[in-house]
Amino acid sequence: MDKRSEMHRRERRRYVIGYGGSLLLTLVVFAVAHQFGIETKGVYLTIGLLGLAQLLVQLVYFLHIDRRRSSREDLDLILFSTLVLLIIIGGTVWILGNLALRMHMHVM
Amino acid sequence: MNRAPSHSYPGINLGEDHASAHKATEVVTFGFWVFLMSDLVYFGLMFAIYITMIDAQAGGPGPHELFDLKSIFAQTLILLTSSLTVGLAMLALKYNLPRARIVLWFGMTLVLGLSFLVLEIRDFMNMSAQGGIPQRSGFLSAFYGLVPLHGLHVATGCLWLIILGIQLRVFGLTDLLMSRMVRLALFWHFLDLIWIGIVTIVYFGGLTYG
Repeated sequence: MDKRSEMHRRERRRYVIGYGGSLLLTLVVFAVAHQFGIETKGVYLTIGLLGLAQLLVQLVYFLHIDRRRSSREDLDLILFSTLVLLIIIGGTVWILGNLALRMHMHVM
Repeated sequence: MNRAPSHSYPGINLGEDHASAHKATEVVTFGFWVFLMSDLVYFGLMFAIYITMIDAQAGGPGPHELFDLKSIFAQTLILLTSSLTVGLAMLALKYNLPRARIVLWFGMTLVLGLSFLVLEIRDFMNMSAQGGIPQRSGFLSAFYGLVPLHGLHVATGCLWLIILGIQLRVFGLTDLLMSRMVRLALFWHFLDLIWIGIVTIVYFGGLTYG
């Protein structure tokens, strides 16, 4: 088998693995929600972690982001954006949650 | 040892078969990646608003009345599958498969994207029929600020696919067109990432905490 078609096969397999992994994680998430109900925080924590796992699977298998030197800048940018996101989301939830608490609204 | 081919931007790289297109694509694709990451920050802001608004239902209909998990499940599978088809289209492009294969996979991506939109719009119509309209409560405003924003991105992606199809017919498979296809595939994968966040935070989070 020549090198090109071997590489093609390898890259296609990588895609199919990523798809299979994502599909599996999706099915597990919905099965967990269906089986245990979505009311409790433990179930939600599980769903959240599975969602995070799926993000990682798609970043690696679909977007080919990894720690190889050539894709470092892309990874740096993702990490920086994640930092900005954490500040924005964490800060908003913190400040508005605190406000709600002080205003004696029964939220957060 | 079998080294991976040179890899200089996220997603499928055009590689040595398309050396000139590959080189031209490198810089613009990094620029596009910067755009996607700032788009991500915008989505993050909408997520933050949604999280703080989950309880602000003002006596209106909430997640339990409005969300239809079966439809969300179908939409998730459709979008995930379209991520696979857009990847297979890029591989067909990269390895010089017959043009019909490239068109087939991009065409399937378009069909899946449109099916996703049909299901999503049907959901919004069902929600509206139950009184779940944006002006009803802060929760619903935040919901309609976030989820249709993603839908709008998918619609833009579909329009982009149609335009690429027309350009492919008119100009043939030029370097510029290949470079645009690379960015479309990135955009499409990015939308799937956002959708994971929407399913996890908007739908499941809404049902848990709403």
